[in-house]
Amino acid sequence: MRRFLVLGVLALLGPLLLYSPAAPATESADKGVTIAYEADRRDAGFGDFAATVSMTLRNKAQSESRREMSIKVLEGGSGDDGDKSLIRFSKPGDIEGTTLLTHSRKIGNDDQWIFLPAVKRVKRISSTNRSGAFAGSEFAYEDLVNQEPDKYTYAWIRDEDLNDGPAFVVERVPVYDGSGYTRQVVWYDKAEYRIQRIEYYDRKNELLKTLNISGYEKYLGQHWRAREMVMVNHQTGKSTTLVWQDYKFATGLSEVDFNKNKLRNAR
Amino acid sequence: MRGVCQTRVGNRRRLRRTLGRAARIVIKSAHQSVAVTRFRVTRLLPFFLMLAALAAPGAAGAVPVTVSGYAAAEVRFFPGDPADSAQKSGRLSPSLALQPEFRAEWNGGRDRALIRPFLRLDGDDAERTHADLREAYWLRDQGSWEVLTGLGRVFWGVTESRHLVDIVNQTDLVEHLDEEDKLGQPMVNLTLFQSFGAVSLFVLPGFRERTFPGRRARFRGALPIASDEPVFESPARRRRIDFAARWSNAFGAWDVGATLFHGTGREPRLVPSLDGGGAPVLVPHYDIISQAGLDIQYTRENWLWKLEALGRRGNGKRFAAMVAGFEYTLFGLFGPVDLSILAEYLRDGRGAAAPATSADDDLFGALRLTFNNASSTTALIGATVDRSSGGAVLRFEAQHRLSDTWSLGVEAWGFTGIPASDTALAGIRRDDFVQVRLQRSF
Repeated sequence: MRRFLVLGVLALLGPLLLYSPAAPATESADKGVTIAYEADRRDAGFGDFAATVSMTLRNKAQSESRREMSIKVLEGGSGDDGDKSLIRFSKPGDIEGTTLLTHSRKIGNDDQWIFLPAVKRVKRISSTNRSGAFAGSEFAYEDLVNQEPDKYTYAWIRDEDLNDGPAFVVERVPVYDGSGYTRQVVWYDKAEYRIQRIEYYDRKNELLKTLNISGYEKYLGQHWRAREMVMVNHQTGKSTTLVWQDYKFATGLSEVDFNKNKLRNAR
Repeated sequence: MRGVCQTRVGNRRRLRRTLGRAARIVIKSAHQSVAVTRFRVTRLLPFFLMLAALAAPGAAGAVPVTVSGYAAAEVRFFPGDPADSAQKSGRLSPSLALQPEFRAEWNGGRDRALIRPFLRLDGDDAERTHADLREAYWLRDQGSWEVLTGLGRVFWGVTESRHLVDIVNQTDLVEHLDEEDKLGQPMVNLTLFQSFGAVSLFVLPGFRERTFPGRRARFRGALPIASDEPVFESPARRRRIDFAARWSNAFGAWDVGATLFHGTGREPRLVPSLDGGGAPVLVPHYDIISQAGLDIQYTRENWLWKLEALGRRGNGKRFAAMVAGFEYTLFGLFGPVDLSILAEYLRDGRGAAAPATSADDDLFGALRLTFNNASSTTALIGATVDRSSGGAVLRFEAQHRLSDTWSLGVEAWGFTGIPASDTALAGIRRDDFVQVRLQRSF
């Protein structure tokens, strides 16, 4: 609901802003916002989906370690509720069954619980640590869960070709607390508004990581999902590859499946 | 020449004797574990038949079974002699553990079954050589409600130094003195997911006695524990049906749970007595208790504020107990490494007629390092100090994944300044130890 409100306000204010002696900064901000909200709008209404993910961590010496997990996501409703997600690890064996439940919020801190199968314990954890490494990988929590459009301010920088197609290049700045980034540069393809690449700049505003996303396929005639995400850390030489498989939409998930009291039997 | 030959023969004989003894120990351990398994499985047979019956229609459609689990080798090193000269004073104590897990689901995941047996073979303590079914249940998940039938494991609570309100499962104390290991509890558990929270109701048919180390083993009480001759307040003894209930919900930053339990208390009183041979022993007495518990966590930014409290009657005079404290995390202290500071205060008002506890008026403090690396390395160092006696239990724990299948755990416990009059800890005050554990997951 909120995202439609914002769009509505933009639609009303857009012409006014155009008529005013537009400063280039405002113009680029508007264009950036429009692109980001259009990307969000195009994926709205997915309802829920499930997928399996294999994650390969590589260090500088190219030695690898692997994680396997299943992911379930329920789209957020109206109000402040963002998406809800369940991530259950099946490999490595010593953390098999460990499950992370996130109730994200469009603004403000998410609610997070972790299930520890060895002692069958559900523990509420702090979600302040958005910049922390997810499962020891090069992905931070904020790279995976904080994708609500209201969590950034935007500025369109330029258009350029990427991966043989025209793309918008938009800079976004996190407005939430505890981010590890001063800014991110995002490439959206013009054809479908899918994110193709993100560059992450650290707190010293130096290039930290680059994420390349590829292998998009369309589900339910509308929702694009990527097959591969490769995150390279330029400062450490480490990288993480996520391979997404077995996407399923309209799986019949509902709010109750994301209740913390269901974690002990998560599958 | 002859001399050399005789020496060799002698060596060989000694070797053969040693090997023979080792083999006998292994056979004896295996024998005991089989006996234990048979005993427990027989009692749990109805549950298995029920599970099998329920699983049968699913099995007809060839339900895939997922197998995972671990095998682990452990060595404990004791630098000192035990408190009682009757206990074994060996320095090194090896053991093996195996815990496979079998999972299946059918009806699109609406029905799920899980079986998780556990086996421990201990080089020193025949009581610690034991088998158990940690879990063996069938779950019907209807979305807004679910029913779990079989042997289950339930955890209640939020604090770290003591799991005060966690009562459904009996402690498998012979596994570890940290009381984190629990025996599978027979149960029928209905959970209703409502707008006002989740309500979970438990019928608990069948009581599991606490396991205790053997007469000559480490971590024993001040006297040998006659665990074969328990005394029950309930005339139904192990067949009493107990009841429990829990409501829990999350309100923004608050996670709140309230629990009730009525039945045979899981903590026994250890009553001094004489065994058949006239030797002094401690006999476990199990009282019928009623208990109300509360657990609250308030999570805000880097802080977790925690409270567990209970009121109980049935163990002598009615009493209250609580654990309260916080966990504060400094994220990214250096690089990706997080440092958590944990502090809790423990208070227990129980009288002399209740099971002894060391947590009557204690402070707990700990530091935990989480490395957030590919090996998921963590380390914790902490202490629980008794405010009246000054006695302290010190603890160090670290885990590190060596590869995708192997992991290593190191643990060290120390006891200092514990007076011989401390009924809960006196028997283990000389059992400082270091444990190394190598685990292979599959």
